[in-house]
Amino acid sequence: MHINRRTAIAHSAAIMGWLAAGIPITAAAQQKKVLNIALFPEPNSLVAGAGSTGPAQTVVGNLYDCLLRFDENLKAQPQLATEWSTSADQLTYTFQLKKGVKWHDGKPFTADDVVFTFDKFLRHYQPRVRIAMGSVESVKAVDPHTVVFKLHTPFPAFLTLMDASSSPIVPRHQLADADLTKPLTVPPVGTGPFKLKEWQRGAFIHLEKNTDYHMAGLPAIDNVYWHIIPDAASRAAAFESGKVDVLPGGTAEYFDVARLAKLPGVEVTTKGWEKFSPFAWLWMNHRNPLFQNLKLRQAVLHAIDRPAMAKVIWHGYATPATGPFNQRTPFYTSKTTQYPRDTAKARKLLEEAGYKGETIRLLPLPFGETWTRMAEMVRLNLTQAGFKVETVSADLPGTISRQSNWDFDLTFTFVYQSGDPAVGVARSYVSSEINKGSPFNNVGGYSNPKVDELFAQGAREPNPTRRAALYAEVQAILADDAVAGWLLELNFPTVYRTKVTNLVSSAVGINDSLGRASIN
Amino acid sequence: MDKLAFIARRLLQGLAALLLIAVMNFMLVRAAPGDPATVMAGESGAADEVFLQQLRERFDLDKPLPAQLATYLGQLARLDLGTSYRQQAPVLDLILERLPATLLLTGSAFLLSLAMGVALGVWASTQVGTWKDSAISVLATLFYATPLYWLALLAVLVFAVWLPWLPAFGYQTVGGGHEGVARWLDIGHHLILPTLVLSMFYMAIYARMTRASMLEVASQDFVKTARAKGLPPGRVLRAHVLRNALLPVVTLAGLQAGAMVGGAVLIETVFAWPGIGRLLFDALTQRDYSLLLGTFLVTAALAVAFNVITDLVYTLVDPRIELS
Repeated sequence: MHINRRTAIAHSAAIMGWLAAGIPITAAAQQKKVLNIALFPEPNSLVAGAGSTGPAQTVVGNLYDCLLRFDENLKAQPQLATEWSTSADQLTYTFQLKKGVKWHDGKPFTADDVVFTFDKFLRHYQPRVRIAMGSVESVKAVDPHTVVFKLHTPFPAFLTLMDASSSPIVPRHQLADADLTKPLTVPPVGTGPFKLKEWQRGAFIHLEKNTDYHMAGLPAIDNVYWHIIPDAASRAAAFESGKVDVLPGGTAEYFDVARLAKLPGVEVTTKGWEKFSPFAWLWMNHRNPLFQNLKLRQAVLHAIDRPAMAKVIWHGYATPATGPFNQRTPFYTSKTTQYPRDTAKARKLLEEAGYKGETIRLLPLPFGETWTRMAEMVRLNLTQAGFKVETVSADLPGTISRQSNWDFDLTFTFVYQSGDPAVGVARSYVSSEINKGSPFNNVGGYSNPKVDELFAQGAREPNPTRRAALYAEVQAILADDAVAGWLLELNFPTVYRTKVTNLVSSAVGINDSLGRASIN
Repeated sequence: MDKLAFIARRLLQGLAALLLIAVMNFMLVRAAPGDPATVMAGESGAADEVFLQQLRERFDLDKPLPAQLATYLGQLARLDLGTSYRQQAPVLDLILERLPATLLLTGSAFLLSLAMGVALGVWASTQVGTWKDSAISVLATLFYATPLYWLALLAVLVFAVWLPWLPAFGYQTVGGGHEGVARWLDIGHHLILPTLVLSMFYMAIYARMTRASMLEVASQDFVKTARAKGLPPGRVLRAHVLRNALLPVVTLAGLQAGAMVGGAVLIETVFAWPGIGRLLFDALTQRDYSLLLGTFLVTAALAVAFNVITDLVYTLVDPRIELS
């Protein structure tokens, strides 16, 4: 058969075309699944424990697994612990560990790692764990896959500390001989779904899939790039231009969230903050004679328009607070004295309090435009009620320093209530937490022995019904005393592309969910 | 030899200035409220006294101030800039990681703004009284007065979001796998927008300065003489007017070059460019003392170096100037 040149070329072209058509399919099949996420500020460290900042925990939780995870109903789920049990007297916690789990460096994960993590490592680095370990008499490895914690006092909140919000498990073989008083310069080695591939400071953090991860078929994503983008407007632009797929909660201004949510192929979720239960309020400095007057404190609460604040400043991504507990915090009760906005009543209370127009210094939080506007709204509301308010500005270290040293009259704060009143609420109101040097303890300086006693009993009470009664009583007292200017229960919406599925699968959101996420 | 002796003398003077700067900065940064422990406590969301005390001991912040200063100066004498409290890495390493990105950005912006600014200024000086001269003056005023931050965001919006011609942020395509020439082209692609934005402000200054200087020199007697001798106008402009008009521009450029390195922080922030300006700003907001002081020192050293280079450039521009 004779094949002329023209025929040969035509056949060759057909074959090439067929091959070329196949290549994209093959390439697509081999194409790696990549997720791009914006992050700011840059973590200080990616070694669990040493990486103590919020952004660090967001990344660290995907490098290090924990004993447990918590779903959106705050129900414990297995992770490195497959089973766990609590003794009837709630003094013994036993965890059965998963077998066959390896650290990123290939060494086996055992109970000794858990013992080291709690008994030495986190006791040094993590304040919440340190406090909880005060109730612990011993933590022992019974066998290579069983750990037993023995408490000398019941601490019902104990299990809530076993997830990424407090206790990533670290490798004993890497850190046992480390001097924890010095900076840790070792690379992060965890059991998590991702390993650290590269960290170009100021630019990005690259996590790659852990191919030996202990959950079959996971992670579905091959590479995660965390892009360090310092400016909020730039982060929004990066998302809009398609270079970033996820804006985690807190990385976009709320007016940008509202705008980006309307774009095609974009979704917004407020899930993933159930464990944190972020809560914003105004500290009143009880050391200032003005704020020692109950009527004046009540006037502050009646002056503020919380519904408008939630709607206008937070674009609906907040719920007006009703008292000292976030509604998602266990043992919340709505049966407390309420302080709806009533400017006339606030004026009357102010008069009854004998307020003579003294200047009140309001210290805002320098967390971006939304917080600045919130401060402006509070100033306006208070002024309308007859207060004379002066806003004092400072950058973040300056603000924290002032709060820690009680140099304010009114100041904003937002805290995480952390899934249990014993862990995340008590520290804000008990007398033992009135100490200079921290912005997260009883900064306002309120002291009430009855409240101290109720919180102490609540922390130890094993019976949930009795616990609920104790916390109901303490909420009522705090509300009656108008201890602080409770403002909003916050939502930090995560903005992401529709192609990303199962992005948030726990009560701490992206912090430990990327191993279960996928990209279509 | 004169030149070498001049450089050596200026560098010695520079060293003395740097020592003074180091001590002053040390005192100044500690005068600001808050410290690294405070910041890290604030970001952790769960600090207690033990946590803060641990951080302060780790960073030697619990020692008296004179002891901290002595430690710092001792480190400097060994050319050791210390360790970043926050990033737990040597300060010098962190700076050297970031310096090339800043030098690339500011170097490109400097050259572009100088070339364009001088060219526009020269052209404007030849179009006095026409709409072209007015247009250049108005544009120069506009770019001088417009806040750089706003201009940067607008540029991102137009060229990266609405018209996706250029990248919105970053130094390179992360995960792009570029190597060799492809990598440099990719970096160049990312460099376009931040360089253009940064150069606008300085171009406006150089354009105005060059125009004014050209007009002043052009009115001098020796220029009239050159024209009277029948020299071509182009030659008069280049060889006689421009050469003399450049001296004040060179002075300004030398001053601006040093300032640009640390002052590119706004551009580096908007474009997430991993340079030293951002490192300095982050160190300030995090009260990362050792990193802050190290960055101040390096940018001050660069300013000293640029000043020496400026003086040397003078002699090239005008051979009548002697180094002394």
